[in-house]
Parts: sequence; structure tokens; C-alpha cells
Amino acid sequence: MAISFEPTENTVAAKEHFNSIAMEQMRPISRRYDENEGEVPTEWVEWWWNTGRKQTSGKLDGPSDGFIQACVQAEELCFGDAALYLRMPTPALGGSAVGAAGTSEQKVQFLKHFHADGGHPIWGAMAITEPQAGSDASAIETTAEFDEASDEWVINGQKIFCTAGKGSSTVDGGFTVVWATIDPEAGRAGIKSFVVPANTPGMELVGCEKKLGIRASDTATLRFENCRVPRDHLLGSAEVKKKDPKKAGDKGFKGVLATFDASRPIVAAMAVGVGRASLDFVKENLAERGVEIRYDAPPAELTALERDLMEMEAELQAARLLTWRAASLISKGRPNNLEASMAKAKAGLAVTRITQKAVGLLGAEGYSTKLMVEKWMRDAKINDIYEGTQQINQLIVARRILDYPSSVLR
Amino acid sequence: MIEFQPSDDQALIAETVRQFAENEVRPQARTCDETGEMPAEIVSAAHELGLVANALPEAVGGGGERSAVTGCLIAEELAWGDLAIAVGILTPSLVGLPVADFGTDEQKNTVLKALCGSEFQAGALAITEPEFDFDVFRPRTTATRNGDHYVIEGRKCQVPAPGELPMLVTAMEGDALQAFLVDAKSSGIDRKRESNLGLRGLATEEITLSGVEVPASARLGGEAGADVRSLIVRGRVAMAAMAIGVARAAFETSRDYAKERETFGAPIATRQAIAFKLADMAIEIDGARLLTWEAAWRLDDGKDALREATLAYQQAQKVALTVSDGAVQVFGGHGYIRDYLPEMHLRNASGFASFEALSLV
Ligand SMILES: Cc1cc2nc3c(=O)[nH]c(=O)nc-3n(C[C@H](O)[C@H](O)[C@H](O)COP(=O)(O)OP(=O)(O)OC[C@H]3O[C@@H](n4cnc5c(N)ncnc54)[C@H](O)[C@@H]3O)c2cc1C
Repeated sequence: MAISFEPTENTVAAKEHFNSIAMEQMRPISRRYDENEGEVPTEWVEWWWNTGRKQTSGKLDGPSDGFIQACVQAEELCFGDAALYLRMPTPALGGSAVGAAGTSEQKVQFLKHFHADGGHPIWGAMAITEPQAGSDASAIETTAEFDEASDEWVINGQKIFCTAGKGSSTVDGGFTVVWATIDPEAGRAGIKSFVVPANTPGMELVGCEKKLGIRASDTATLRFENCRVPRDHLLGSAEVKKKDPKKAGDKGFKGVLATFDASRPIVAAMAVGVGRASLDFVKENLAERGVEIRYDAPPAELTALERDLMEMEAELQAARLLTWRAASLISKGRPNNLEASMAKAKAGLAVTRITQKAVGLLGAEGYSTKLMVEKWMRDAKINDIYEGTQQINQLIVARRILDYPSSVLR
Repeated sequence: MIEFQPSDDQALIAETVRQFAENEVRPQARTCDETGEMPAEIVSAAHELGLVANALPEAVGGGGERSAVTGCLIAEELAWGDLAIAVGILTPSLVGLPVADFGTDEQKNTVLKALCGSEFQAGALAITEPEFDFDVFRPRTTATRNGDHYVIEGRKCQVPAPGELPMLVTAMEGDALQAFLVDAKSSGIDRKRESNLGLRGLATEEITLSGVEVPASARLGGEAGADVRSLIVRGRVAMAAMAIGVARAAFETSRDYAKERETFGAPIATRQAIAFKLADMAIEIDGARLLTWEAAWRLDDGKDALREATLAYQQAQKVALTVSDGAVQVFGGHGYIRDYLPEMHLRNASGFASFEALSLV
């Protein structure tokens, strides 16, 4: 092993594969579903379920770049359309939670429908956020009480901003992973996650948000009123370790947070995909008018435009490489909490700026809905907000580099 | 396969250089900066590590381990110790690597053998010119063929002081960018020690060449000439790595200080305004380093790297300046005082806007 930036043939093939999906399946309908917020992009959802998910991506043999390849997939598809990516019928973040904290039986039980041959499109989702608890997930108030008589968990509370929550709560076969406390007195240690299958009585889809961007993605509010799920729908252990939740072995709050270490690189990769859509478009658009970046021009001769474009290129690539580094640690089974937050913080902000700059560089045309750059700017911004805002990821990086616990730096 | 871990060999070299930087280089940094002199012992101690010779061809007594990635690891660690000393230690590469890449047999025999000898030999590369609109790919310095020799005219600056070996001078020969091995004692050469904002520990010179005559055989690569452009690209990668070393030094210094320094009853690092600044420094340094490694890897892989090297260099330059400025800020008034390192890091970091051409990898 030595430092190398040569992707495996596998990754190259996967990149091509998902790029063609992006260009052929996503881009043509991108504007339409942005304008018709709330409408299900049926052709895309059906296509993915019946065709897309069954295709092999990449080569089946030979060395693999592991989790980096998953990042490449996310980047390519979001290069197509980030909102349609989020609307794909997949287990999504719900799946990551089950994967990270579930037993092997739970994995089979909850994920099998997603691998079924036929059936119909279904969704997974993750519901953490509540009206009064966003960045501070430990402040959630949704409760889960164990009912000995029926051997069930009884969930009460309200969740907001749940991506894919409409599909996950209303289409049979899908599920929503819901964070709730089983002991409100215990703080973080009492917080557990529960798998709530679609259409479980007591779970109600209240509605979906209207948003700045990623409009084709359903962002749901879910209400839980005496919503009952069987005992084995709890992910991880039901034990509440009040003393020291930070001690190893506790798969409670730390366990649920650990899913972020895998999902943040993916969100960062998604951001890079949107940023690249914008930057590539601007470069191509300007190239047609004879503006090409001269990498060998002396500083005094570089135009402001060239400087902007170079900076956008460098920022995008720095974000991508930080993302791949975080992903590569996952493939090696090594801790990546610091690197994942670095990647997410960098990509979220870099891409927000790149896409905003792209609108500005193209002038009135860039501002017009005739072009896509204004949409990409709207779509990009969410990446600096969800999965930990810029500030929350800075906080995590800062704690790591300073070796401070969250009690000291919050 | 995409891989972010150095090889075992690279990791070992980097660790050795890191220790050298920490134990030998860093303790001398401030004195060098204040006195403008670099102790001969430190360059000879570094020479014994064989960092330069290791990259030179085996045929002339080198280690045959040329790698831009390894070069970046070395450059970052040394620059972390001190930028002026780092460049001082590596100046032999400034002539050594170009001659290794393009030199005629005769040029290799004289220059490279000397560099692989037991004594340290300073090298000098004269690329930069003192003009705001200087174009590294089209310098104003000219070389005109006249029978069996060339006549060189021009003005160069930021040239590390030449030693016994001829210095390498870039010049336009008609429309072509070429380089020439020029004895610094030739007639027509006027040398002046410079005084700069940073890099003060390194003796650098402004060199005027008026009608300097060199034999035709002094052209790098002889009749075939040299791809000087590729040397400049390498220079950008090397300078990016050094900029990251300076940035990392500034970051670590301010991070450690922030945990010590208390205001209003708590360490300043516990305040977000400071902690987030430090977090951003860490993120930006890592991002720029990865860009640099990618550019270096392309060089090692024989790919064109103008774009990647330029982007990495610009990014690293920006990061070094922002981070070292941030470090002064974290130190507050103390950051302005020469008893502490940040002001020196800031002065050194400012130089990367013009150091691009020091091709050390
Ligand atoms: C489109 C969309 C999709 C989403 N999808 C999901 C989903 O699928 N599942 C889910 O559970 N959630 C989801 N979210 C919620 C998202 O993760 C939260 O919105 C986010 O974590 C921020 O929480 P908040 O909105 O309550 O902001 P707040 O937590 O109120 O933060 C407000 C501001 O304060 C800053 N801030 C907060 N705390 C600190 C601190 N300690 N130090 C410094 N600054 C601080 C924040 O960075 C932010 O700038 C989604 C949100 C959106 C908009």
C-alpha cells in the first residue's frame, strides 16, 4: 500500500454506470419534479425499483475501493439530481441504522423487502428531529414505554423533517427508524431507536414541508400516538446505562450516533455531486464563449473569472478527497468520526459556496430558471444543514483535535 | 486502488524527518530568523540523513528512490520545523533533480556525483524575477546562442545563495523556455543578498546577469534541451507541501496555546470562536494536503499535473496564509511578539505567493 489516487476498475465502471443513470433517467425530469413539489416522480421510482436496483454497477471481480465506491455512486446520482436521489426507494438512513445497531435477524427482517424480486417500491427513513430538538438530538421528547402485558413498545411524540418519511410511513413493507427515550430522566443514555413499519396504527403522516430545494424529496412530519411495535423492534439493548454512557460497550446513544460516521461521508459525496453539476456546467458554458482556465498564466494576467473557477475546482476536489479519506477508513474498519465530520463540514460549505458562485458568474442567465444552476444552488444548501449542521461538525472536529469531551465544548 | 496511507517506507522516512524537524530544526528556527544565518551543522546533519541523495539515480551514487509523494512528505515535515531551514537543507535538489531529469551525462557526472558525496553542497535555482507581472513560463531573462556559447541577460531574485556548484538559470531562448548551468562567479554576474519579510534564515540573492557567457554545453540537457515547464510544475507541488508544513506548524502551535491560555476563567479553546477556528484550520490543512498528494501522485505516475499542481499550490498558499494569520489571532497580542512563533509563521507563509518555482520534489 502506498498513497494512490488511482480508482479501481470497479470504481471507474460504477462511476460510468451511475453517471449514465444520472444523465438518462434523472436530468430529463429534474426540473419537472422541482416545480411540482409533492408529486411522486413515478417514472423514476418505478424505474429504480424494477430496473435500476437490479443492475450490476461496477465490475463484479477484482479489487474494490470499498466504501469510496458508495461515495462515487452518491456523487454521480446527485450529479443527476439530489432530490430524486433522496426519493429513491431504498432503506436509506433507516437502513444504515439497522445495519449499524441491528442484530443479524433484525437486518434480515427489516431489509428483506428491499431485496425482494418483485413487489412494489418501498422506503426506509430515519426520524430523529423534533420541533424542539434538532442539533441537540439528546433533547428529544418522544417516548417509548414498554408494555409488559403485550410485550410491545408504545411510542408517543412528534417527528419533523423526516426525509422520505411519507413513503416510509405509508407504503407497506417500508419502515421508519424512530429515536425515542425509554427513560426521560436518564438523558442521552435513555435514547434508543425503534423500527416502526409502515402503516403501524398510531403513526400518522401529518404532512410534508415546502422547501428551498430538494423539492422532489418528501420531508415529512410524523405523529405517534400510542404507536405499538413488538419488543424486537428496538435496535440495540434496552439497558439504560446511567453512570457513564461514554464507556465502551454501550451501544445506546453512542451507537445511534455512530451511524453518522458512515452517513456523513455519503452526504458529503452527495454535496460534491451537486457542486460538480454546477461547476461543470459553468465551465462548459463559459468554454463555449471562449473562456478557458489557463493554469499556466501568471497571477497578474489571470482574470477574476479564472481565479474564481480555479478556486471552485480546488475547493470541490478538496471536499471530494476529504470525503474519500473518511470513506476509506470505514472500509478498513477504522474509526473515522473526526474525518467524517471534516468531510461533511468541508463539503457542505464548499458546495454551498460553489453553487452560489455559479449563479453569480452566469449573471442574469444564472438567476433564471431557464438554466439549472439556480436549482443546484437551492439543492446544495441542505448539505450544510442536515446530518449535523456546519457548526455541529465543527464542534465534533474541535472536540477531537482538542481532546475535549462534549461537556467542555458544546 | 485509492489509498491515503503512505507505504511503510514512506511512513518511516516521514517519521525520521519529523523527529529531525522536531529535535534539530525547530529549536534553531527563531535564531536563524533573527540572525539571518543558518548554522552549517544543521545542513550537514540533514545531509547525513541522505534526503536529497536518496532521490538521485543509483548510477551516480544516489538511492534511486525518486518519488514526488515521498518528497512532499519530507518537505512538509521539514517546513513544519522551519521553512528557511527546510529550504536550506533541500537546496541541493534545486539543481540535482533537474539535472537528474534532463541533464547530459557530463552534467550528471559533475553535479550529481558532487551531491551524493560526503559533504553538503548548496544548490541554487534562479527562476523568479523581481517584477509584479513575472511569468514563470516566459521569463524576461534571455539566452542567445553565439557560436559555441550562450549570452545570458536578465535579473533573478529569491535565489538561494549558490555554493560551489553551478546554479541553474531559466531563460527564454527565442520562444523556448530553457535552463542553463551558470557558474555564480562568472563575469557579468552581480549578486546581492536580499532581505525579505520571511524566510530570513535562508540567504537568498538578487542576481543580475549582464552579458554572461556560458559554453553551449551548459544548457540543461545539452542539444536536446530540457522540459523546464515540468520542473515548474514540480515546484508548485513542492511548495504546496511546504506551505502545508508551515500551516500545520501554525495550527499545532495555536491549538496547544489555546488549551493553556485562560480568559474569563476557562481555556480559550473551550470557546467556540477559537475552537471553530482551530477546527477549520485542521480541515483546510488536510484538504490542501490531499490535493498536494494527488498532484504528486500524478507526477510519480507520469501523468500531466499542471492543473492539479496549480490548484494544490494555490489552495495550500491560501491555507497557509489563513491558518498562520489565524494562529496570530489565537495568540492575541502575544502573537504579535517575536518571542512566539506565529508571527514568523505568518511572515513565512506570505512568501508562497512568489515561491512557486522552487522545484524540490
Ligand atoms: C430537508 C431536510 C431534511 C431533513 N432530513 C432529516 C431526516 O431524515 N431525519 C432527521 O431526523 N432529521 C432530518 N432533518 C433535520 C436536520 O438534521 C436538522 O434540521 C438539523 O440537525 C438542524 O437542527 P435544527 O433545524 O433544529 O436547528 P438548530 O439545532 O435549532 O440550530 C440552529 C442554528 O444553531 C446552530 N447551533 C446549534 N447548536 C449549536 C452549538 N452547540 N454550537 C454552535 N452552533 C449551534 C446550528 O448550526 C444552526 O445554525 C432534515 C432537515 C431538513 C431541512
